[in-house]
Amino acid sequence: MSTRLRWRKFLSNLMLTMTGLCALISVSALFFILGYLLFNGGTSINWAFFTQLPKPVGETGGGMANAILGSAKLLLAASLFGVPIGFLGGIYLAEFSESATASVVRYSADLLNGVPSIVIGIFAYSMVVLPFKHFSTLAGAFALGLMMIPITLRSTEEFLRSVPRNLREGAMALGASKTKTIASVIVPAAYRGILTAILLALARVAGETAPLLFTAFGNRFWAHGWLQPTASLPVMIFTYAVSPYDDWHRQAWAAGLVLLGLILIINIAARTILSRGIAVPRS
Amino acid sequence: MNMHASAKPGLSVNILTTAGTPANRETAASLPMRMTIKKVNFFYGTKQILFDINMGIADKRVTALIGPSGCGKSTLLRTLNRMHETVSSSRLEGEIQLDEQNILAQDVTSLRRRVGMVFQRPNPFPKSIFDNVAYGPRINGVKGSISDAVEKSLRHAALWEEVKDHLHKSAYELSGGQQQRLCIARALAVEPEVLLLDEPCSALDPISTAKIEELLVELKNLTTIAIVTHNMQQAARVSDFTAFLLTGQVIEFTPTPQLFTTPSDPRTEAYITGRFG
Repeated sequence: MSTRLRWRKFLSNLMLTMTGLCALISVSALFFILGYLLFNGGTSINWAFFTQLPKPVGETGGGMANAILGSAKLLLAASLFGVPIGFLGGIYLAEFSESATASVVRYSADLLNGVPSIVIGIFAYSMVVLPFKHFSTLAGAFALGLMMIPITLRSTEEFLRSVPRNLREGAMALGASKTKTIASVIVPAAYRGILTAILLALARVAGETAPLLFTAFGNRFWAHGWLQPTASLPVMIFTYAVSPYDDWHRQAWAAGLVLLGLILIINIAARTILSRGIAVPRS
Repeated sequence: MNMHASAKPGLSVNILTTAGTPANRETAASLPMRMTIKKVNFFYGTKQILFDINMGIADKRVTALIGPSGCGKSTLLRTLNRMHETVSSSRLEGEIQLDEQNILAQDVTSLRRRVGMVFQRPNPFPKSIFDNVAYGPRINGVKGSISDAVEKSLRHAALWEEVKDHLHKSAYELSGGQQQRLCIARALAVEPEVLLLDEPCSALDPISTAKIEELLVELKNLTTIAIVTHNMQQAARVSDFTAFLLTGQVIEFTPTPQLFTTPSDPRTEAYITGRFG
């Protein structure tokens, strides 16, 4: 074997090892976090965590039932606000807008997506909290919903655009108007992708803490209706993790595990929905 | 058949090359034209694709458009139900008539209900077999039973026997050839007066192709057909009339047997004998 060939073999093996190693590191970071969370959260979690309110400071035990429900309410209201706007905006962008308008909207959406979540929180604070004169579920949901808009908008647009042109032509050749084609062929063909993206957006905002700090604020009791401050899992994790009490640290781990479980459930739900329906095969 | 008899070899030269000649009128008189293309020029942006096209699509017959790649045959076909309008830079001059009415002045969706289209690659919707065929009747609010319409269309497309027991399965579970027949059934379900087929067999195997060719011959009792094909043998097998296009012009348009046996233009002869294309 010539020196040159030997050098090339060595280089090939070196690069192969390096890329493999980097892949291993990225995967193991995830498993390390998961394992740590499972261990610490798993040993701390109990039935009371799901059913009871937080105990007064100084007492051990209690749970985060109000935060679990609070997070669920926040996510529900955020989706009701953010998803329709993002979805319909995405349809406009993909199907109706001039390319100049589209690029402005698309660019703005990307900017909005990049706005730090704490800034979104300040915005929601001044738009909702100040006029209502108190923190509320509504204000928190507004902040989270705002964060869902660009993700939903961009992914709706992408998935609508990726629907093969020949399906569009097929519908139009049958005498379907543009609106009819979109509603009866394009959106149904893309809905699996769009739904996945919406659920991933939901999973992303489910873990957001900063925009909730001064919108939903927090509450150690049940929040009735939509206009009271509410507890939420991320804010509870934040509050409990920085506290000086061991029992609160334990509960913060448990809350982390529950939050992860919630996101896992959302993902499984997405996949279940996706496995029904009929996918457009890639060609 | 009478149309073959009516177009005598001696007249063919005139029929083909120029429109509006006595010979052309004679053909049109002996056989009613469902669609007439008059002095059509077509552009994508500034690039001209079709040059002064004059021809007709005979009622209840199969008309084939042949020619080498890029000759404009698909573009010409797509103007017949105004599918060219999906490209915003396109521009069409001239007139295309359906039953003596200018289609360019009509509502485009109702035009497309009358002039259906089947595409090069099978394009079933991501829906069940039944819902694919039912799509047209549903959106067009056809009176009567949808399931009867679906069965009738699937029978016309010679697909019924193969799919009747699993109408609610995904259309993508069918083979390529079955998918294309499903697309034909879907087009037939709106009962079009003219059916356009844009190289419907180019993505299919020989057996599926044979089935579709057989089908086309059956279907001309039902509807008027225009088919684009790059396969000369296919044009010879299924069509009654053939137009040969080259660089955006109709070089020759005659009854099919005549075009393949006694072409009047040397370029046609060169093409059908395989000297180019």
